[in-house]
Amino acid sequence: MAPLDELKIGGMGASRRRVEDNRFIRGKGRYVDDIVLPGMLHMEVLRSPVAHARIKSIDTSAAWEIPGVRLVLTGETMAARNLAWMPTLSYDTQAVLATDKVRFQGQEVAAVVADDPYIAKDACSKIVVEYEQLPPIVNPVQAQAPDAPLIRDDKENQPTNKIFDWEIGDKAATDRAFAEADVISKTELHYPRSHPSPLEPCGSIADYDRATGKLTVYMTTQAPHIIRAAVAMVAELPEHMIRIVSPDLGGGFGNKVPIYPGYVVSILASILTERPVKWIEDKSGNLISTGFGRDVYLQGEIAMRKDGKILGMRMHTISDHGAFYADAQPTKFKIGLMHSAFACYDIPAAHLTSEGWYTNKAPGGVAYRCSFRVTEAMFFQERMIHNAANDLGMDQAEFRRVNLVKDDMFPYRTAFGFLTDSGQYKKCLDIGLEAIGYQNFKAEQEEARKRGKLLGIGISTMTEPLGAGNSREYDIIGIKMFDSAELRVHMTGKAILRTGAKTQGQGHETTWAQIVAHELGIPADDIVVEEGDTDTAPFGMGTYASRSTPVAGAAVAMVSRKIRAKARKIAAHLLEVSEEDIEWELGRFYVRGNPERGVTIQDCALAAYSNVPDGMEPGLENNAYYDPPNLTWPFAAYICKVEVDPATGVWDVLKFVAVDDCGVRINPMVVEGQIMGGLTEAYAMANMQYITFDEEGNCIGANYMDYLLPTAWETPGFELHEVVTPCPHHPIGAKGIGECATVGGPAAFVNAVINAIEHTGVRNVDMPLMPNRVYEALKTGSDISGMPPVRVD
Amino acid sequence: MIPAAFEYTKATTVAEALAALQAGGEDAKVLGGGQSLLPVLRLRLNAPSVLVDCSGIDEISGIREEGGKVVIGAGATHHAVMNNALVKSSVPLLAQATATVADPQIRHRGTCGGSMVHADPRADLPPVALALDAEFQIAGSGGQRTVKAAEFFQGPFETSVGPDEILVSVSFPKYDGWSTHYEKFNRTAQAWSIVGVAAAVRMDGGKIAEARIGLTNVGGTPMRASAIEQALVGASSLADIEAAAARASDGLAPFADDDADEEFRLHLARVLTKRAVAAASGLK
Repeated sequence: MAPLDELKIGGMGASRRRVEDNRFIRGKGRYVDDIVLPGMLHMEVLRSPVAHARIKSIDTSAAWEIPGVRLVLTGETMAARNLAWMPTLSYDTQAVLATDKVRFQGQEVAAVVADDPYIAKDACSKIVVEYEQLPPIVNPVQAQAPDAPLIRDDKENQPTNKIFDWEIGDKAATDRAFAEADVISKTELHYPRSHPSPLEPCGSIADYDRATGKLTVYMTTQAPHIIRAAVAMVAELPEHMIRIVSPDLGGGFGNKVPIYPGYVVSILASILTERPVKWIEDKSGNLISTGFGRDVYLQGEIAMRKDGKILGMRMHTISDHGAFYADAQPTKFKIGLMHSAFACYDIPAAHLTSEGWYTNKAPGGVAYRCSFRVTEAMFFQERMIHNAANDLGMDQAEFRRVNLVKDDMFPYRTAFGFLTDSGQYKKCLDIGLEAIGYQNFKAEQEEARKRGKLLGIGISTMTEPLGAGNSREYDIIGIKMFDSAELRVHMTGKAILRTGAKTQGQGHETTWAQIVAHELGIPADDIVVEEGDTDTAPFGMGTYASRSTPVAGAAVAMVSRKIRAKARKIAAHLLEVSEEDIEWELGRFYVRGNPERGVTIQDCALAAYSNVPDGMEPGLENNAYYDPPNLTWPFAAYICKVEVDPATGVWDVLKFVAVDDCGVRINPMVVEGQIMGGLTEAYAMANMQYITFDEEGNCIGANYMDYLLPTAWETPGFELHEVVTPCPHHPIGAKGIGECATVGGPAAFVNAVINAIEHTGVRNVDMPLMPNRVYEALKTGSDISGMPPVRVD
Repeated sequence: MIPAAFEYTKATTVAEALAALQAGGEDAKVLGGGQSLLPVLRLRLNAPSVLVDCSGIDEISGIREEGGKVVIGAGATHHAVMNNALVKSSVPLLAQATATVADPQIRHRGTCGGSMVHADPRADLPPVALALDAEFQIAGSGGQRTVKAAEFFQGPFETSVGPDEILVSVSFPKYDGWSTHYEKFNRTAQAWSIVGVAAAVRMDGGKIAEARIGLTNVGGTPMRASAIEQALVGASSLADIEAAAARASDGLAPFADDDADEEFRLHLARVLTKRAVAAASGLK
């Protein structure tokens, strides 16, 4: 009997077409807003038009008078049930509906529940709120002024607008490194506020059944089990009476990790009306109020020897968290995994200090397609590296080669304590340099300059920590960061797999089945994958931080192996030999020395329900909880070549090369899709995206006229290459990949544009590198900052 | 994204539309393709009490030749305009500028006349009308009147069409044999112009014999760069064009936003004028 061809059954390495696309491309996806429940009411939220004001009064009487209005909720309604405030994922509190003050433009002030969404919206406009305006604070400079108004006057022991001071690393050793340095390179810049802007905004349908006491909430969430736990704690409902269902999601990118006021209000509204209540945020509401990304200012320094060796590194970050400290991040770390910066470089001493500030801006600080502030960390790192190489007068590639961790140095402990475990950094860099034509670039650049064209090349190399946990170090509000899978093989050999992750476009329905196919030889098409329903899915922490494959994906492999172990016993029984005499090949057990005598995994499945050996439990199902021993450390080398039009400041990407090493690739096509999408988002941030605020705290960017999303027209082509260094601890050798390109990509674009114009003396232009900024920098030879200078003590 | 409540009337003739506008009072608005009005309604930036839908009025939807002019019915969609053989041959600049408006879906709904009457300073079609001396036929209760482009655009979002009037058509002189180019500077495919330049030149013996230049988004209305139209006459090289284009920003007082401060806008007006004329004329 010929062995199964793994690629033909859709196993590991097969570029299997995404099974979920069958319904998505036919418009048959089922998103929260597609769900209609009998008797369902509709909720609309009234948002604050101003950034900072005391609420003097709220008059809802005119709203109540509109026919079809069932309920009007204000902060008072919430407060009566102890729900006016809720905990955030960073141990702060956040207003659900404002009671005392509004603290950012777009903050939730009241809500109307009505027979249809049109009535609800109209009634919202009839609510009269009297505001007494207070001076708004729109950046950390204003926040730390001695006479700055106190944003969080609701909190005890909060005398200033500062949220935290935090540090990590060895200050003394770092100071010594700087004292011994030949050259010190300094970099200051601002990573502007951006927004994940998933295609589908946030929303929920809360359905409280008074007869059974059960609360079902259909919700746009990347982490349904965390939500269930939080609802149990906040709303004081018994956990077994809460069912969170996250149906198809139209993108998440971190935006759908936090708990938003709209969810909570819709739950209370359903409890009060005893009807299902649907709340669907509009796109402006999503942009103005939900979790943003970035908004961090950097002061960085690198200490070097003349020969290029980095001796030490210092970073100070000043972050703007908006009105509530609601970052979704592991408890131990106040500024996420910022200290993963420089993990791919061999640096003996490092010290990071961070301060966080409240401002009158939307809360969030979500990881926008990154593993907890890793995007900022790697951008800072690669901009600092770029400047350091220039300050030394050393070639950008050579400077990286000197300092990258070498292949024989793994496992490598970084100065901040991370343990990187695998990689071929130099190989990735060299493949990228070859592909972009690095050797010829200097000549090409010279030649172009003679024609009045400015060419630039930018390199970004980085490894990032993906796949939180392990649970020793990583938890969110105390819940350990492991994940899970449950596999049921039916008697005909078909199967259903459920995990604690939650796909939002990543393609879990396709790739998880491939892992099972690889482990058991059951064709991927015979396996259905289900996620997102807390009543059926095993407990898990959800999907973000590129953790699905490193954690839940590992659990899928492990549960498949448990199934195989039981099937082996059944096979021995069927073949009437002892278990020790059974051999395994993909999809089949056979008798050692007699390969013709065997049974398939499907034979074993049937026997599990019809012919088990004496003393064995029937059935073929199991679950696995997987707590990874370490993070996974994918590596990427991104190299970009641009041409700047000196007359307009417009820059075009001539070529972009991406070399990604994410270990073993389960589905190469899906991996490539992740990289393409990530690079597109990186390009968007580098080129066009930011959310700014005027002096009054008005959000500029709460619509798609001001907040630009790249289309196929602007987005450059990307050339992808791969290197495979299997993860040493992951059961199938895979590493995270979903976020590498978003994380490492921006610096490649920016370094390239800076390289094209740095002959004028320019060291930095803050993102987005819009034509007017690049033109101005070229004309003046000066840096362009997107943010007022931050006072340094 | 839900508009405030409004009354809706669908007109099938110009007379019906005028009557509905009059009945609706000051607060009534004409709905064409909805390209600009629907976002305004959905964002609740405006809440007219009555919408008079003119998208179904056959008499204003066609494109025809009349009296030696190309007459574009106010209700003709962008898609219809840019693909019309007569427009492409006789008013190519209009076809080119229209092809840069928004995206295909919107171009199937939005109308040429709607863009003109909306008179957004960032819109691409008004400067074309201005540069090409288009005329606007406006219907009101007292009958029909004709307004020249130079008088039509009165300010940001303001034209000479009165609240109880509707635009019937825009007529363009024929520019057969002219070379034209619309140079649009924006950041994403569907975004507004940061600055745009509409250029039409008549070439004679390798030289520019006549030039017409309209500028987008460098003031509250579309601007005609009359000074350089004269300066371009006789130009036979890129250097000549550049010298003339250096005056493209004369007399302009643009506003500033995140994309461009006043100085950068003026600079773009000069650079893009050079590029537009160079592309239209083919001069090197």
